[in-house]
Amino acid sequence: MTEQRKLTMVQAINLALMQEMERDDDVLVLGEDIGVDGGVFRVTDGLLAKFGEQRVIDTPLAEGAIVGMAIGMAIYGLKPVPEIQFSGFSFQAFHQIENHAARYRARTRGRYHIQMVVRMPYGGGVRALEHHSESEEAYYAHTPGLKIVIPSSPRSARALLVSAIRDPDTVIFFEPKALYHAVKEEVPVAEETWPIGKARVVREGRNLTLVAYGAMLHRCLEVAERVRAEDGAEVEVVDLLSISPMDTETIAVSARKTGRVVVAHEAQRSFGVGAEVIARVVETAFLQLSAPVRRVTAFDIVYPGFARERGWLPGPDRVLRAVRETLSF
Amino acid sequence: MPRKRLDVPSVEHLSVVDEEGHVDESLEPSIPADDLRRLYRTFLLARRFDERMLRLQRQGRIGTFGPIRGHEAAVLGSVFALQRTDWMVPYYREWPAYMWRGWPLDNLILYYAGYAEGMRVPDGIRDLPLCIPIASQMPHAVGLAYASRFKGEGSVAMVYFGDGASSHGDCQEAMNFAGVFQVPLVFFCLNNQWAISLPRAKQSHARTLAQKAIAYGFPGVQVDGNDLLACYVAAREAVDRARRGEGPTLIEALTYRLSLHTTADDPTKYRDEAEVKAWEAREPLPRFRRYLEAKGVLDAAAEAAVEAEVDAEIRAAVERAEARMQASLLDGFEHVYAEPTEELRGQRAELERELAASAEAAHG
Repeated sequence: MTEQRKLTMVQAINLALMQEMERDDDVLVLGEDIGVDGGVFRVTDGLLAKFGEQRVIDTPLAEGAIVGMAIGMAIYGLKPVPEIQFSGFSFQAFHQIENHAARYRARTRGRYHIQMVVRMPYGGGVRALEHHSESEEAYYAHTPGLKIVIPSSPRSARALLVSAIRDPDTVIFFEPKALYHAVKEEVPVAEETWPIGKARVVREGRNLTLVAYGAMLHRCLEVAERVRAEDGAEVEVVDLLSISPMDTETIAVSARKTGRVVVAHEAQRSFGVGAEVIARVVETAFLQLSAPVRRVTAFDIVYPGFARERGWLPGPDRVLRAVRETLSF
Repeated sequence: MPRKRLDVPSVEHLSVVDEEGHVDESLEPSIPADDLRRLYRTFLLARRFDERMLRLQRQGRIGTFGPIRGHEAAVLGSVFALQRTDWMVPYYREWPAYMWRGWPLDNLILYYAGYAEGMRVPDGIRDLPLCIPIASQMPHAVGLAYASRFKGEGSVAMVYFGDGASSHGDCQEAMNFAGVFQVPLVFFCLNNQWAISLPRAKQSHARTLAQKAIAYGFPGVQVDGNDLLACYVAAREAVDRARRGEGPTLIEALTYRLSLHTTADDPTKYRDEAEVKAWEAREPLPRFRRYLEAKGVLDAAAEAAVEAEVDAEIRAAVERAEARMQASLLDGFEHVYAEPTEELRGQRAELERELAASAEAAHG
């Protein structure tokens, strides 16, 4: 049997970085406080001691230059993994990502491409200040040329980060910070990759499809369990893992089977990932639907501060209500 | 002593050939005659290309174009200091540097005619494509220079930007990073006095743009940007410093945008014709020509021959470019990702059906 280690998501991401940097000398990490300090969440702990300051780069405080410099490194042929300390600060680098990282391959017809993973903690639930608790995936998912990955567990974080580092395109890797230390999971020590662009059915069911990702996935699994116990209904749960490219096929197969779909995410509702999921459900499973497709999301208001965050973010109760209403429609 | 003056480096101004073409021999670089002739040829090619592109735009054969008239000496003098393996990072006006580095002219025409493939950097040339969002190319140059040193490969990078870009966060961030990491990089600022309608005086209250380097801990030098030799001397010194591992340099080349910002611009609205005329009298081509004539590397017969050559070259390039103007959108699906996604394959099939239907209707 292959050796397993019980790791938190932080440790699992650290393992992925360690192993990829050992395997490939062109992989390097850069960002604010990621070297000596090991990152504000300790994700890059130990990398500096092992790989030195040429490959583990403590940068001055400027997100645009961190990502812009990484783009130059990638043009040269290195495989940089810049960290943005919190996704709320990634807008300071958004022009580098949208204007350049996403377009270089197309603009130069493949002469250059940006093999880069921009890692950033995202999402709420850790009682943090404004700009430290939001979910920004939709801004990036709208951009052709980018891949958007959001793991939901230590094992998926490790396997997907390895895939992302080896992916020849730019990957925006959102790490649900609420899950950094929340759960431990067995992670194989030997290298493991999961394909980017594939969702996973993490729980099978025939009555309703619940689509989620990141920290929301766990609230949805909780709800699925409760619905079975209390209502006797079987909820299928799909973990998207990759926001873009989106695995339409897995969503469609499940939606055709159950005829009822609820999609849940932490980000605000309008123009979000949930809307895209619904569009694809309607395009691929319209005639099999027995109920309107519902979104369970944060409200379209500005982050209200962590004292009110529990009411803003969709908790299990809100998901449960939407699931029950959809089941009984 | 409660107050004392801190010893901060100062900024040097450099000029080698004056407006009459007289050279300061103590500063004159030794450039082989063949290189001087190649520089002159590229200068003339750039000048005639610029004129031709403006005409093509007025005829509706290409789209918006950003002319370079007046900048040629600064661009060519500096790019001449680079080796083939060095990286050249332009903003959106440095296509004379592309000419020097061996780009086919038809690529440029194609690009300005609205075909993105014109910016496909030719194999073997270490240039980045033109960059339209101001200053955003500058951090890329820092990354290239970092990577070059990381790989121990000995190449340096040169990045171009304008006086307008000097106000931008990306410019300041890139200079700060370059200073902190001491990367082999030359910042070459083409201060052409105007950022569309905003004059240099309103861009920054600093006396020089070169002095911004001082804040980031590396040297800044100002040169006469209409003096090709001065631009070369400054660039060569900076490139050599970078290659020796002594870090970045900022060069501010004082020049003037003699022409339009782009073909969509009307400068009579914001600047005085007298100012343009004064700079027109100092424009760099006659000065360089007088220098070459005095050195005996150029005479009237050679000048006429080069004129005829570049004219033929441009004419042939326009023909080649126009033959390449194929309007199929299908190609665009191939380079979004290394492999098209399922979604993109579906959208491509959608376009193919649309094209097939319109072809059928046309033959109907």
